[in-house]
Amino acid sequence: MLVNRKLILAHFWLAFAVFGVALTLGAWQMFIRSPLGTWLSNPELYYRSLTAHGTVMGYVFPTLVAMGFGYAISESALEQRLVGVRWAWTGFWLIVAGSIMAVIPIALGRASVLYTFYPPLIGNIFYYLGVVLVVVGSWIWVALMSINLRIWRKAHPGAPVPLAMFANVAGSYLWAWTAVGAALELLLQIIPVAAGLKNTIDAGLARVFFSWTLHAIVYFWLMPTYIAYYTIVPRAIGGRVYSDSMARISFILFLVVAMPIGMHHTFADPQVGAGFKFIHSAFTALVALPTLLTVFTICASVEIAARLRGGRGLFGWLRALPWDNPMMLALAFSFVMLGFGGAGGLINMSYQLDASIHNTQWITGHFHLIFGGAIVIMYFAIAYDLWPHLTGRELIDVRLIRTQLWLWFIGMVVTTFPWHWVGILGMPRRMAYFDFADPAIAPQALSVIFSAIGGFVLLTSGIMFIVILARGMRAPQVDAGAYRFAVAVHQPATVPVALNTHALWVALMIALTITNYGYPILNLATTGTSVPAVYVGAQ
Amino acid sequence: MSARDLFSLNNPHFTRGVGIIAAILIVTAIAGFIVLPFAQPWIQFANVWDAICSAAGVVQRTATVAAPEETKRLSDVVLTSHTLSRPSQEAIGRGATLAQRCAICHGPTGISRADSPNLAGQYAAVIYKELHDFRSGARSNAVMSPFAVNLTDDEIADLSNYYAYLPRLPAYHPTPQLPKPNIVIFGAPLRGIAPCGACHGSLDNKTGSPWLEGQSEAYMKAQLQAFAEGERRNDISQQMRNIARAMTPQEIDAAAAYYASQPPDVVKAVD
Ligand code: HEM
Ligand SMILES: [Cu+2]
Repeated sequence: MLVNRKLILAHFWLAFAVFGVALTLGAWQMFIRSPLGTWLSNPELYYRSLTAHGTVMGYVFPTLVAMGFGYAISESALEQRLVGVRWAWTGFWLIVAGSIMAVIPIALGRASVLYTFYPPLIGNIFYYLGVVLVVVGSWIWVALMSINLRIWRKAHPGAPVPLAMFANVAGSYLWAWTAVGAALELLLQIIPVAAGLKNTIDAGLARVFFSWTLHAIVYFWLMPTYIAYYTIVPRAIGGRVYSDSMARISFILFLVVAMPIGMHHTFADPQVGAGFKFIHSAFTALVALPTLLTVFTICASVEIAARLRGGRGLFGWLRALPWDNPMMLALAFSFVMLGFGGAGGLINMSYQLDASIHNTQWITGHFHLIFGGAIVIMYFAIAYDLWPHLTGRELIDVRLIRTQLWLWFIGMVVTTFPWHWVGILGMPRRMAYFDFADPAIAPQALSVIFSAIGGFVLLTSGIMFIVILARGMRAPQVDAGAYRFAVAVHQPATVPVALNTHALWVALMIALTITNYGYPILNLATTGTSVPAVYVGAQ
Repeated sequence: MSARDLFSLNNPHFTRGVGIIAAILIVTAIAGFIVLPFAQPWIQFANVWDAICSAAGVVQRTATVAAPEETKRLSDVVLTSHTLSRPSQEAIGRGATLAQRCAICHGPTGISRADSPNLAGQYAAVIYKELHDFRSGARSNAVMSPFAVNLTDDEIADLSNYYAYLPRLPAYHPTPQLPKPNIVIFGAPLRGIAPCGACHGSLDNKTGSPWLEGQSEAYMKAQLQAFAEGERRNDISQQMRNIARAMTPQEIDAAAAYYASQPPDVVKAVD
């Protein structure tokens, strides 16, 4: 029951429009710092572009996808009209306003601070205020998801919450809490300095606040993808979810352990005690658990689909899968990229190994493979799956869709594998140009050229994606029927309270944040180690 | 399905969930705060509490580690981008009076006829810092140091504001404008040299860095060489010494000649 289609379409269209712009900037960045480009006579332009690319890809694009998908889930999984539509539009317009407000100073070169803010570097205040507006807009969505679920619960006392909605609300709570770290950094530290009320800032404390946001935000990005794994893919390929409880446990685990591990981003920072780094590192190892559970459950669900289609043998069933179905293709690509990216993550999470790849191109290779690859390819799949239900029109060109997914996968592999490699060789990240004529790094030139070519393959695929969706708005009308989610092998009649509500897990998430972040933040906040701020573009 | 049933010791999900998480936390805390600190034989801890504090990141000052002896004075000036912003007219007037004794070298309009630096329109924070450094001995020069030692804080501020207020005039002997050499716009990435222009104008300005357009070529060369050899050491955190040391003599020549040939109106007007 998708009633507020305009609302959902608005979120998706805005998401994909800004994605298209940021993707173009990304391809340009790849090109300009490769041996194919000529050195930029003003490297500030590179950082301008990088700030825009990171801000859009990290904050605006995935947030809008999660919101649009969340509204769609709320209406179709709960079979209930969205309550608070006016608020939802307010949230949407806040994001529009915030994005415009942030992008203007970036374009003027007044906020080239990169999406990680990098204090004591301080940019124009409107950049930060814009980011805050985007976050506030998304918090409205968090509240609406919670309220809509509560209304449904009242009407269905004791009934199991549909898996898609259970996961969606878990994701929204995770986001609400993890965004608090960056919000504290912005409101207590950066914005007062950007406003000129103070001119010193504690960069170490700011980095700790940011790490609070930085890890769990990646799981917020990941949520729509995991929801699609569990609740869209099995239905789309004619299978069933192997285990409903396993799915719930995975999402619960993300809530609890995605949060108190962010200090693995500060392994190289002197201001954090080694004991806390160890605890965060140990909990980081735990966060692999829900992903492993998911990989297992989804493989089992896919096998069910194959066997229902007549597949046989230990591995022979793989041939029985509907490989021409875009959803099947997207899932397979996503899993391959998740596997390689996850293996790379093992290196990042270990204290000693991280030192050899910290701040190198390895990191950018890693998160592009996981985020840009494994996650975003499922965003495409979600859009393709929902589109006919949102527009009332058919996406006819299945072959084009398959080509688009193939190109994204190939492009991502061609881009990120050499990217990892040059990182291991020591190439630093966030540099506008490299002297490939120097014999010391000349051997890396070829790898970087491959990455740049891969970047253009990705750009091509991204344009195709937008074209397919745009053409879908004018295709012949169809009755797509009600939007449905996958059912489990054993669809639960009742679910234990703990697996049907979020309170216990949210409480644990907050408790672990306090144990793992409380002392380091207090310690830094009371020792006073501020340094003078460096204003972008000011003497 | 009430909260009371959920948060209850009779609910196995609650007891197990909380129990497992608490157990992991305790085990990792013991490992991180007690076992691992003591597993590092090169660090000595007085007792367990000492190890815990260290692992928690408590700033400790142990008597056994003495700060390295300072042989030469370093700059102790703290600059923010608000240092000396918005001076009063009186301050500028007082600065003008004081500046009469500087005119013999730095020129009556702040443009030097010798190879002393031009000061007209230089950033106030820059003059402020250099005068402080001359006064404290962090920077020394046979001519300048005696002038600076007797200046008070207020006088330094007034002088800085006065010179910053003066219009940026062309250099006394302008030469034909040279094109930007690589070192100025690109630096030398593999030797860790950022472009000169990233701090000194042309691309961007960073607090405390002077703009250099129209300065004397001989003066700039001499300063770069002094930085390279470590004779001049008032740059905070060795920012200039690290760069000058890595520069080739040709790059030093090119940078000095380029900046000397530029008219002051190309200074990026950002202030
Ligand atoms: C398999 C589990 C993962 C592990 C163990 C892991 C671990 C890490 C670690 C430790 C770093 C910091 C490295 C450093 O700065 O030295 C890092 C960076 C990063 N990761 Fe992951 N990661 C995982 C999954 C993901 C996912 C799913 C995403 C995206 C959705 C992601 C996005 C990022 C980003 C954006 C950065 C760079 C942040 C920055 O600019 O500093 N990672 N990862
Ligand atoms: Cu992380």
